[in-house]
Amino acid sequence: MRLRVVRRTSVSRSLMYLAPVASILFALGIGALLILVTGNDPILVYRAIFLGTLSSRYNLTETVVKAIPLMIAGLAVSLSFRMKLWNIGAEGQMYMGAFAASGLALFFPGLPKVVMLPGMFCLGFLAGGLWSLLAALPKAYLNINEVITTLMLNNVAVLWVGYLVYGPWRDPRGMNFPLSARFVDAGQLPTFGGTRVHTGLVVAVLVAAILAFTLWRTRWGYEIRVIGESANAAHYAGMDVLRNTLLVMFISGGIAGLAGMAEVSGVIHRLQPEVSQGYGYTAIVIACLARLNPWAVLMTSLLFAVLLVGGYSVQAAGVSASVAGMLQGVILFSVQVSDFFLTHEIRLMRRA
Amino acid sequence: MNSSTGASMVSMQGICKTFGTVVANDHVCLEVKCGEVHALLGENGAGKTTLMKVLSGDYQPDQGEIRVEGRLVTFGSPRDASRAGIGMVHQHFRLVDVFTVAQNMVIGLDRPGLRLDLRKVEEEVSELGSRYRLKVDPRGFVWQLSVGERQRVEILRVLMRGARILVLDEPTAVLTPQEAQELQEILRDLALGGSSVILITHKMKEVMEVADRITVLRQGKNVATVRKKDADARQLAQLMVGKEVPSVAQDRAKPGQAQLSVRQLNVLSDTGSPIVRDLSLEIRQGEIVGLAGVSGNGQRELAECIYGLRPSVSGEVRVSGHPITNLKPAQVIGSGLRLIPEDRLGTGLIPAMSVQENLILTAYLDPSLGNRVALDAHAIREYCWRLINAFSVNVVDLNAPVWKLSGGNLQRLMLAREVSATPKVLVAVHPTRGLDLQSAAWIHQLLIDQRNGGAAILLISEDLDEILALSDRVAVIYAGQLLGEVDRKDATIGEIALLMAGSHLQERPR
Repeated sequence: MRLRVVRRTSVSRSLMYLAPVASILFALGIGALLILVTGNDPILVYRAIFLGTLSSRYNLTETVVKAIPLMIAGLAVSLSFRMKLWNIGAEGQMYMGAFAASGLALFFPGLPKVVMLPGMFCLGFLAGGLWSLLAALPKAYLNINEVITTLMLNNVAVLWVGYLVYGPWRDPRGMNFPLSARFVDAGQLPTFGGTRVHTGLVVAVLVAAILAFTLWRTRWGYEIRVIGESANAAHYAGMDVLRNTLLVMFISGGIAGLAGMAEVSGVIHRLQPEVSQGYGYTAIVIACLARLNPWAVLMTSLLFAVLLVGGYSVQAAGVSASVAGMLQGVILFSVQVSDFFLTHEIRLMRRA
Repeated sequence: MNSSTGASMVSMQGICKTFGTVVANDHVCLEVKCGEVHALLGENGAGKTTLMKVLSGDYQPDQGEIRVEGRLVTFGSPRDASRAGIGMVHQHFRLVDVFTVAQNMVIGLDRPGLRLDLRKVEEEVSELGSRYRLKVDPRGFVWQLSVGERQRVEILRVLMRGARILVLDEPTAVLTPQEAQELQEILRDLALGGSSVILITHKMKEVMEVADRITVLRQGKNVATVRKKDADARQLAQLMVGKEVPSVAQDRAKPGQAQLSVRQLNVLSDTGSPIVRDLSLEIRQGEIVGLAGVSGNGQRELAECIYGLRPSVSGEVRVSGHPITNLKPAQVIGSGLRLIPEDRLGTGLIPAMSVQENLILTAYLDPSLGNRVALDAHAIREYCWRLINAFSVNVVDLNAPVWKLSGGNLQRLMLAREVSATPKVLVAVHPTRGLDLQSAAWIHQLLIDQRNGGAAILLISEDLDEILALSDRVAVIYAGQLLGEVDRKDATIGEIALLMAGSHLQERPR
């Protein structure tokens, strides 16, 4: 008798939806063992995570607030990855989006809300897009690896925002804290009924809808998918790969810029050195786990938000926050493995 | 044949292998003796390649046993098989493009020690190459080599590993008649030396020339094993196909005005050296011009240049009078020229995408398939079914990825797509390479129909039978230049074969 891994010929629909759920339950089981090993009570930890993220209205909305930047940045990454453009620069593009949007709010405080928010929106998009073009241009014309350029540009963007808030943009009445002045009301995204959940959520859903429609229903989306699958076939079909490289990177960077804009305008309400807590990097993991599907990016972002916020409440319960990080790892691992078993199966082989 | 013949070298008994629901091998048996050339004959999809991949350790059989020189063996990997003396030359080459020939040789070579003496390997490659008349530059990079040269590297690699049982999957598909002849002599020499050679093929002529015994497979099952001296080509073909082989209806062309004209074209290769040199060619409406030649003599680059995938250095290309020189593929398509690329699954089709998405690859901008922005899913489905039915492609599910289809079906799919646009000019590169007889005949008929419908067709092929069966005029390309052009009725295989080997080069300075 031998075990053999065989590629599945067809995947049942119910299995496709069941597998992620089962894999998370499985991960929680393994996680419980690990928590036991660290000398903590798994029930206590899980309770803390659950209560801290999903139990009350407040906790639930806080989780959603955390999920919004992950969603938008995840969508940004998923678009460029679809064309096999490895944009690792969502983090930096978020910072540049936040910077440009803040600029408008800080220096033109007199603008009415109907001009201010769309203006911040457009500037955020433009800044993120142009920032990613810095990597896209060398990629398109000289075939310079975009992984390295986008990654390096992240540092530049983060330091640029740091320079501004420590220097020229620092609020003179801010007790010397490295913070800009607070945005005027017109520069703040509206929130939903007394919670901190802001309209960035609507932006995220809209972007997901637009991406899903574009990719699967339009001629241009077809081009993106073909180029991503096979550049040779795309050239053969007469598609303009160079132009699409620039365009897709610009839009991907622009969407990431929106994530930065939404964060400063919706949550922080000012520019500060830390606009994102590595959301742009988490977005890469999210996009991959969601297999670049826009709707799945939204769901996966919620899961990650639960793990992030859960980390804080675990800490509050007196357990090290690294337990939440560990859980995050186990869940990622088991989701990936279940992904494999969706397309493959193990069979017992009898030797003749 | 010779005295050492008799002892069993390889014995495969009751081999079963399924892929999902497809039964590729159904209790297949194969017995190969020491010192024989054993031909494995069958159509595409008959299970020849699967059986040989089981023997070479690529696949593990679901059932059945393998004995090498009487010993029961199980191979977990190609390396196990290689250690047992089995070496396979695959139809789809397994070479690292960015490595040199010698570096490729080192892969999988069981040599003790940590130090890698590449120079010594290079010398061995040269030595082995000249001994077996398989010349390649050991320091050349694989991506610079033509298909034919790559195959030589594959054969050399197997010989380097000291294989005593050589499996060759359609080895002559990419060789000139002379080279094929030479290869046959090499195979005979190897057999005389006590090695065994298993030749996967569906070329009857080759079988009758080189094989000692023949095993015929059909639809994954044994049909017969016969000695060549007892066999007869017609009867073998019958066994292989199971019914009469369809023949191509060919009548005289009635050529009209020039549709494709190429003048003094010069094109560079990937490495920047001239690969197409001062080439001029004219194809008229309703005419097939066959361009014969061994791979690597500039055919691929010529086709790519005409289609706009590769720039020309000088010269001119026109489609029905309009210059298309150095235009982009999108504009070339717009001028009414279509290309059937050599590389089916790498260029012409996208393996992971669905049948439907592949069928619109060169038609996705067509106004009938949607509005300016969006594609119309309903119109696309209708369009796809229309093509599938009109060209009898065997497809059940439009959403199934095309890698699940057979080679013949893939080619039908691609041809259906390109031909349905009623092109003025069709450039077909190796359109039937690796296909079974029936699929090839179907494609030949399609090309003839296109010609009769008024298309100008440039048929680039290495298969002389194909060239002679279809072409109205035959041109031969050698080292990037056209060496002579003959009317089909005057052409003989021998004459063209000589041209393909470049023998008229001195007599025809250009």
